[in-house]
Order: sequence, then C-alpha cells, then structure tokens
Amino acid sequence: MISSLSTVLSPVLAVEIPYWGQTSLRVLGGLVAILLPAGGLVYVYLFKMMSFMQSRLGPMEAGPYGSLQLLAEVGKFLQKEDIVPAKADRLVFLGAPFVVLISTFLLLLAVPFGPDAWFVDLDTGVYFAMAVSSVSVIGILMAGWGSSSKYSLLGGIRAAGQLVAYELPMILAVLGVVIQAGTLNMNEIVFAQANGEIFGFGGIGNPYILTQFVGFAVFLIAIQAELTQPPFDMPVAESELVAGYMTEYSGLRFLLFFIGEFATAGVFSAIAAVLFLGGWYVPFLEPEHNLYNVLGPLVLMAKIFGVAGLIFWFRFTYPRFREDQLQRLAWKFLIPIALVNIVITGVLKVVF
Amino acid sequence: MTATAGSEREQLAYIAAKAADSRVNVELETEGMTLNIGPQHPATHGTLRIVAKLDGEQVISADPVMGYMHRGYEKLTEVRTYPQVTTLINRIDWLGSFANEVPFILAAEKLMEVEAPPRAVWIRTILFEMSRIANNLLGLGDMAAQLGAVTPVFYAFRDREYVLNQVEAVTGGRFHPNFDRIGGLKDDIPAGWIASTKDSMIKMRQAADELESLVFGNEIFTTRTRGIGIIPAEVALEYGMSGSNLRGSGVDWDLRRDSPWGLAYDQADWKVWTHPDGDSYSRAWVRLQEMREGTYIVDQLLDSLPSGPVMAKVPRIIKVPEGEAWVETENPLGAMGYYIVSKGDLVPFRVKIRSASFNNIAIVPWVLKGVYVPDIISILASLYFILGDIDR
Repeated sequence: MISSLSTVLSPVLAVEIPYWGQTSLRVLGGLVAILLPAGGLVYVYLFKMMSFMQSRLGPMEAGPYGSLQLLAEVGKFLQKEDIVPAKADRLVFLGAPFVVLISTFLLLLAVPFGPDAWFVDLDTGVYFAMAVSSVSVIGILMAGWGSSSKYSLLGGIRAAGQLVAYELPMILAVLGVVIQAGTLNMNEIVFAQANGEIFGFGGIGNPYILTQFVGFAVFLIAIQAELTQPPFDMPVAESELVAGYMTEYSGLRFLLFFIGEFATAGVFSAIAAVLFLGGWYVPFLEPEHNLYNVLGPLVLMAKIFGVAGLIFWFRFTYPRFREDQLQRLAWKFLIPIALVNIVITGVLKVVF
Repeated sequence: MTATAGSEREQLAYIAAKAADSRVNVELETEGMTLNIGPQHPATHGTLRIVAKLDGEQVISADPVMGYMHRGYEKLTEVRTYPQVTTLINRIDWLGSFANEVPFILAAEKLMEVEAPPRAVWIRTILFEMSRIANNLLGLGDMAAQLGAVTPVFYAFRDREYVLNQVEAVTGGRFHPNFDRIGGLKDDIPAGWIASTKDSMIKMRQAADELESLVFGNEIFTTRTRGIGIIPAEVALEYGMSGSNLRGSGVDWDLRRDSPWGLAYDQADWKVWTHPDGDSYSRAWVRLQEMREGTYIVDQLLDSLPSGPVMAKVPRIIKVPEGEAWVETENPLGAMGYYIVSKGDLVPFRVKIRSASFNNIAIVPWVLKGVYVPDIISILASLYFILGDIDR
C-alpha cells in the first residue's frame, strides 16, 4: 500500500522521487498513518477489555465509547510538570524514554502489512526485529540508573536481568519458524504460510501456529516477559518498587513510557501474528491478489487484537513471579523446550 | 636447581595472584543498602515504615517503624463519655469497624453489671461476623494485589458491597456504624433484612469460591506464598500473635469459641480452621475459610434470632461504677481487648486498647530476616494489618 503510494504520487508530481526519498516517505507515512492509530486502537481496546475483565467502568466520557481517552490522557500528561530529580544524571534521565520508544518504532519497521505494503523489505527481517527489540533494555537501564533513586535502580537492574534472560527463548522460539519457512524475510514467511499445505490440503495455507505451537507458546511467554507485564512485571512491580524504573518520571516522559508499553505490546503482537498466524493472509484468497494491499492491514490488525487480547488476558489474571523464579523458568524450562522444538523442526524439515 | 627456581617463580606468581585477588575482593565487596519502605509506599496502605537493610535484594534486617498515624485514642477516651467513645474506636480497624465497638461495650457492661437482651446479643454477633467477612475478603483481594494480580482486588471491592449494604441497612453507616450501645443496640433490624442478608451471604460464598479458584488455585500464587515467611507455632505464641495469623501457624486458639462471653457464638455450629504450615499461604487460606465459615454462622444466627427488645434498662446518663474490667474478643484481625479503669465517673479513668495488628507485626523483624524484597511485600500482605489498628 505504502510502496505503491510513491509510484502513484510520482507521475502526479511529475518528479522522480529518489530512492532515499521514497524510503523516508514510506517510513514517515507509515509511522504516522499506522502506528499512531494502531497504538491508539490497541490502547482503547485494551482499556475497555481491562475494564470488562476487572468489573470496573473504564473510559466512557471521552468521545464515543471512550475512544478518545488516549487523546485526553495525552492532554493531561502534557500539562503536567516535567520534573527531573536534583541528583539525577540529567542527560541519561531525559533520554531514556526516547530510547525505549525508538526500540518500539524500529520494531515496527520489519512488520509487513500486505504483499507490497511494508516499510522496509528486509531480507533479514526476523533478525532485525530480534536485534532492535533489545534496544529497550538500554533505555530501561538508563532510566533506572539516571533517576538516582533506590527503587528505580532495583527496577532497572531487575529489568536488565529479565530482558536478557528472555531474549534467548524468544529467539529460539522464532528459530523454529525460520527453519520451517527457510527464510528470514518476514514477508516471505507470510507467503510461505499462505502457500503452505497441511498434509496436501492447501485450502487455508499453513499458519505456523499449527506446526510451531510449542514455539508460539514459548514466544508468547517470552514477549510477556519482554513487555515487563504480569506475571513478569518485577521491574515495575508497583506494590514493591513503587513503579520501578518509572518512579521518578512525570509528565510527558512518563507518558512515553506508558504508551511505549502498550505500543510495544501491539508491535510484538504484530510480530507474533506475522510469524505464527499468517500475517496479512486470510484463507480462500490467493496471496498474490491485489486486494491484499488494502485488506492486509485490516486482517493483520484483527490478528494483532487477537494476540494482544491474549497477552493482556494473562496480564490481568496472574500474580507476579519472584525474580529468581522467573530466571529459573527461563533457563531451566523455556530454553530446553525451545531447543527441543528446534531439533524436532529440523528433523521433520529434512524428513518431509 | 631449576626445579627450585621454577617453584620460587611459581611461588612469587602465586603470591602476586593472591594479592591481586584480595585487592579485587576488597573492591568488589558489596556494600549494604538501606531501603526505606514507606511511610509513603503503595504496599503499606497507610503510613507504616519499614527500614530494611539489604544486601542486593536480600534482607539483612528489617525494622518496622510505627507511629506515623498515632492518634492518641487511649488518651482521647479519657475526655469522652462512654457513649461517645464508640465513635472514636470505630476508627481503629476501619475495615471491621463494628467489631471494634463490641469489646469496649462488653467491658462497660461488665462493670455496670448490665446484660443486653438476647436479640441484641444475636444481632451484635451477626454484625460482628459480617464485619469479619468484609474485612477478610478485602484482605485477600489486597494480598493478591500485593502479589501483582490486579483483578482480585476489584472483585473484592465489588463483592464487599453486598455486606456493607446490609450493615448500612441496619446501622445507617457503611464504614463506621457507631451502633453498639451499653445495654444493647441503637435500633432493631429493618423489615426484610433477614431474607436480604441471607441472599448476600450466598453471594459472599460465591465470592469466596471465585477467590479460591482465581487466587488460591493459581500456581504462581502458590509458588510465591508456599514455604515463604514460615512462622512456627511456638514463635507465633512467643511474639503474641493472634487471630488468623496464629491459626495459620497451627495453633487452635479462637476467642469466639474459647471465651464467647457476651456474644452468641456458642449458639451456632461452626468450626475453627487451622493450618499446620505457618507460611504466607496458610495464613491467607485460614482467612478464606473463616470468611466462608462466617457466612454459615450468620445464616444460623439469623434462623435462631430470638424476639424481644434490643435494649436493656439502663440509666439515661451512664455512669460506670468504680472498678476495672478486661474484655477481649476475636476481631477480624485478631484478639482485641479493652481494659477499662473506672473511678465512677462519666468518663473512663483509663482505657488500655490491645489491638491485634500492633502485636501481629511485632514479628516482622524476625520473619523478614533473610528473605528477598518481593517476599517482604507478600509476607506483610499475608500478616494483614490495618494501619489504624497498629497506631491507634
């Protein structure tokens, strides 16, 4: 959709847009057109869902069905004073939320929305996504250290330990998909799922959740930990560490952390949808069909809502692990399972 | 010769390595950190301060610092007449307010040698048990919230309303009924109250079941609480713990059964729940069972509610004769007692309040030694204190 935008625009403007111009147009247009509504939708959808689950009222006043709640919150946070603690490491403290947000934005670059609708068609898309998802650790460590608060420091250190520990099962879980698809390109993974067959029956393609269900489960648990959400929310554990690494933040910077959390949940759900649920593909419509450039983003959005709903369902149901229990789960349980999954996938790939 | 030289060289190298090692160790020696948990902290739901000395995330020592919310109730009672005192002491354990009034009134009745009519005693016991149900429900929801599960606490607040509505229907106050009088009660129960209370008790049993499956059936909850914060029975007794915390350590001690003086507990068929483990889980589990048992007690007492007046004959101006009296009851948080010294005046000469939470958190330095920071919160939540009950 977006890539075709420049081809549509260039004859109208009668200007040959150079390659770098096309790329930046795609990126900018994509970010504005998709990420903000996506973040907003996920946010509002999750707020309403959370309210229904917890039997509280939720947003109702701001806009129809509370849909403008996000704008109201942004307005509220913008009016608040941006406080920097006197003893804080100023530059580190101020920069931390942006580093976290950059990680989210970069992550979205790798997600394809249709056969021709993507920001960047990377041949190493999965690799790129896994790499930039760890950038947020730096931001969180910066926030924890820069605040010069004991609670923030404990939260930051917990976050670092946790995020590093859960990178590994996440990558190993994705590896099964990569082996099965035979490519690191995310769009080609979608095509591989769309053109796949289940024992000779190619009607609905082969969404990898059917073959990689172990990988999907491990991936879901790992992204839950990456998002620092219950049951893995020790870095922000509000009953222990007040708000962990976010304790000292206020105003816009707190909002950036806050929205970053929800937006990252949406983006991770998008990656899970692409890798395991067939991305923008719907059954009974050939993946080469032109309609997908319009339909694709909507289909993907629906799948994102499904995965995000699952993620937040866990969030509102479970209590929190302790730090050592979390490490035990990662190293003794998830990683061996993911490794066995890779071995079995590899063997079956060779056999079939 | 060469061997000696070699060994000498090795020896020197060994010494140098040792020296370097010890330098590194000196540099890497960790320094303890003092973490002030509170007085303003989300987990203390009030103003309790815990000074924790940490090594990494492990607690070396933890001391509770109390008194940030001290309101001087013992002193204030000395300048208030007996009927006025109930307004004050309502605010001690603010989640089980009615239960605070009962032991004081009973002690005053003991001094005056007045006996409340049976109907008043029955309604007192029912309201007493209802404040326990509301209190324990919120305590369990709050414990789940401290452990990171946000949802149960909302359910607890929602379901607690069923009890509070019933309390409000009788007393006119949701939180602070101020309903107990020397010689009986202010009013009788309204029409239709018995049936609606039975309905609400059914809802409370459903709430207990829901909580049991949502929280106690959760594996993360059990890993976070089982074997954490173990208090053996003898230690619990040494530190003067009482209530569900003591029964969670396996001590079969309940004032409702052991000294039911002034209340109608001996008229119902019920069970004292204990748990042998003494960990965080068992304390919470006992609280859940007691909440459920409380609904059965209320049901039975509603069935056997005697008729008659709710107020005995007492003089219009209450003067308590000279003497001293001590009455203790099993409140939601544990044993609560009042020692009243009267000089035959309109006001008490001296009132000593024994509140449950104050004695229950005396064990905090003992039980928190060596645990990790997240367990501080779960253990404190399982001890379930109310700040008003600590500081008075």
